[in-house]
Amino acid sequence: MLKFIKGNLENIDGVEIYPMVSLLIFFIFFVALFAWVITAKKEHIKQVSNIPLEEDNQ
Amino acid sequence: MEKEQFYYDNKIVRKFINATIFWGIVGMSVGLLLAFMFLFPNLTDGISWLSFGRLRPLHTNAVIFAFVGNAIFAGVYYSTQRLLKARMWSDALSNFNFWGWQAIIVAAAITLPLGYTTSKEYAELEWPIDIGIALVWVAFGANLIGTIFKRRQRHLYVAIWFYLATFVTVAVLHIVNSIELPVSALKSYSVYAGVQDALVQWWYGHNAVAFFLTTPFLGLMYYFVPKAANRPVYSYRLSIVHFWSLIFIYIWAGPHHLLYSALPDWAQNLGVAFSIMLIAPSWGGMINGLLTLRGAWDKVRTDPVLKFMVVAITGYGMATFEGPMLSLKNVNAIAHFSDWVIAHVHVGALAWNGFLTFGMIYWLVPKLFKTKLWSVKLANAHFWIGTLGIVMYALPMYVAGFVQASMWKQFNPDGTLTYGNFLETLTEIIPMYWMRAIGGSLFIVGAFIALYNVYKTAKQGTKVTDELAEAAPLAKITNKRTAKEGYHTWLERRPVKLTIFATIAILIGGMVQIIPSLMVDEYVPVISSVKPYTPLELEGRDLYIREGCVSCHSQMIRPFRSEVERYGEYSKSGEYVYDHPFLWGSKRTGPDLLRVGGKYSDNWHLNHLYDPQSTSAGSIMPSYKWLLNRELDKTSTEDKMEAMVSLGVPYTQAEIDRAQDWMTEQGQQIEENLYSDPDFAKTYEADKAYAQENGEEFVEMRNREIVALIAYLQRLGTDIKVKNVDEEQEADILGETEDGLGAIK
Repeated sequence: MLKFIKGNLENIDGVEIYPMVSLLIFFIFFVALFAWVITAKKEHIKQVSNIPLEEDNQ
Repeated sequence: MEKEQFYYDNKIVRKFINATIFWGIVGMSVGLLLAFMFLFPNLTDGISWLSFGRLRPLHTNAVIFAFVGNAIFAGVYYSTQRLLKARMWSDALSNFNFWGWQAIIVAAAITLPLGYTTSKEYAELEWPIDIGIALVWVAFGANLIGTIFKRRQRHLYVAIWFYLATFVTVAVLHIVNSIELPVSALKSYSVYAGVQDALVQWWYGHNAVAFFLTTPFLGLMYYFVPKAANRPVYSYRLSIVHFWSLIFIYIWAGPHHLLYSALPDWAQNLGVAFSIMLIAPSWGGMINGLLTLRGAWDKVRTDPVLKFMVVAITGYGMATFEGPMLSLKNVNAIAHFSDWVIAHVHVGALAWNGFLTFGMIYWLVPKLFKTKLWSVKLANAHFWIGTLGIVMYALPMYVAGFVQASMWKQFNPDGTLTYGNFLETLTEIIPMYWMRAIGGSLFIVGAFIALYNVYKTAKQGTKVTDELAEAAPLAKITNKRTAKEGYHTWLERRPVKLTIFATIAILIGGMVQIIPSLMVDEYVPVISSVKPYTPLELEGRDLYIREGCVSCHSQMIRPFRSEVERYGEYSKSGEYVYDHPFLWGSKRTGPDLLRVGGKYSDNWHLNHLYDPQSTSAGSIMPSYKWLLNRELDKTSTEDKMEAMVSLGVPYTQAEIDRAQDWMTEQGQQIEENLYSDPDFAKTYEADKAYAQENGEEFVEMRNREIVALIAYLQRLGTDIKVKNVDEEQEADILGETEDGLGAIK
């Protein structure tokens, strides 16, 4: 299986860094995402999630 | 702070709702007509513009872009104004969005039945209409972003993020996939060829599902479900994770449409891995939607709006569980090209998109007319009829797909195919097609009930064209993060940054997959025996595209023993290098045609296209009679060849110069071949004599469309049939395969 991947990519200079970069992008993306979410303030979350329910004169 | 008074624009929402219901009924009715064509293949006998191949893209386009598209705009225009506490930025843009979108739909409804198509699924419309789509889409985006800038609500609710991601991604997808070289006002060729075209197309196709049928509807879910249930979304934190992980992962999954195809394995496997991951955000979203109803389940028993929404979200959950499963290579080997996929997409379209739309309409229309729903009973009736319709549609199609795919793969102990004749596998599932047609009919009956109920509701109420509202304007605060402000909290009030980050998230996946295919020279190994089509074959190929043959016939033989045995040598990526556009197809209602060249006589093809049932008893292919009489339009052949040259097809100037003679020669040869059938000779000569006696103009057979199509079909897959000694053994295997297929005759 891997020979198909290598066959197509091995003529790119420095291709061995690609998988490392990919893994890092993913890892950082999801760690950052969960960091945002977990550190979000409770009152803020409550306030924002109530936006659709605010009276709109109906 | 002093409150400002302003008006919400309800008129535009009402217009989009009318259009949603109208086009919904049109698009579903075309689908129903197609469903009946499986049972009565010659229902529209001899009417070219009502033939299956031309109507199939009309059905998919009408349902996706007309029905669901208008529903998106209706919901977005309603909820955006209220979530941002502002009227839409520009009434002119709103109206341009509305009328432009309807004009595009009408243009599609005219050009597709007339055979103007690029043949790329869900992107069939020709280049002038593509430009129109881009303009209207930009107007929509400008209006959305303009409204965000003049908002009176500091923080952007999660629904707005989904709308923004929808706008940005659909724009990118549409532009990249529609890059084509025009030959005439309504004819163009995709700049990509073969494998690259397939990769770009399914990156588009899959993400059209993701960012046209899913993300905008998730936005609508996050607004309308809390509204209807009168409680905030279950977890706003989960919705943040849902949004970012969904858009980040979805964009990578496209290659799962090309498993076991000639696409390089690494790209296929990448698509599989991301498709499996997708289950997490998708189910996170589904759970978030369903749990919003916590403590309100008693309402679901009585309120039809919530009933529709619950089934819609459940449908989303089922389709997004099934999607990753279908992406597993072993499951895909069975499901792909079969009716299983038809079942899968209709769970998405009928339940998720259809029912969320109906739920939204039943909630919105009374609001827009300051009244109550005319009949809750009728809405409940619609709910049950529609739900039954979905079940009656989907279940038989699952069975049909599984049965047929299993029959395709069945071998006898002596190593021959048990069902060597493709038709045996088709006649087996005709009862399933009957049940599907009944299920589809039920769903449409439901849509008519909705139309009546909405009409009555509107009549008993009073229009509220501009709805008064009041809110305080936003006070100026710093663009920087304030003390104690979390990062995402800050990002939620910075729409441009949020949009840019979302764009980056969706671009990474597309680039990793597509750029290597465009940059790496060895991506598609060259096969020296593969040559460009002759001018007549090229014209024949355009007829194949015009008639939508690709709707039912694939040109992609997967490397399975059962397929090599049935169709011949499996497909190589190098065989498609001159195919602008690729014609791999996604459904096999009929057999694969990649190696059909040389398998049958020219007469067989002529008789088969005139009356398919005469050559293949029990076939459900419709007749393509008109091809036998119409004169082939050869006026732009040289232009077409020159366009191909600019796309990298190696025609020489000398070849282009003698295109007309070349076409006549090849046509003459086919005409001569046709004379080998005495029946043909007799009728043809009689027609000729009749025309001469009555002084009518007579088109020689060599100049008719059928001859070009035969030339193309006889060429298909023959380039690599040229064998050298080493491949003798392989040729023997192929010979046996052809014998096996001979049974089809």
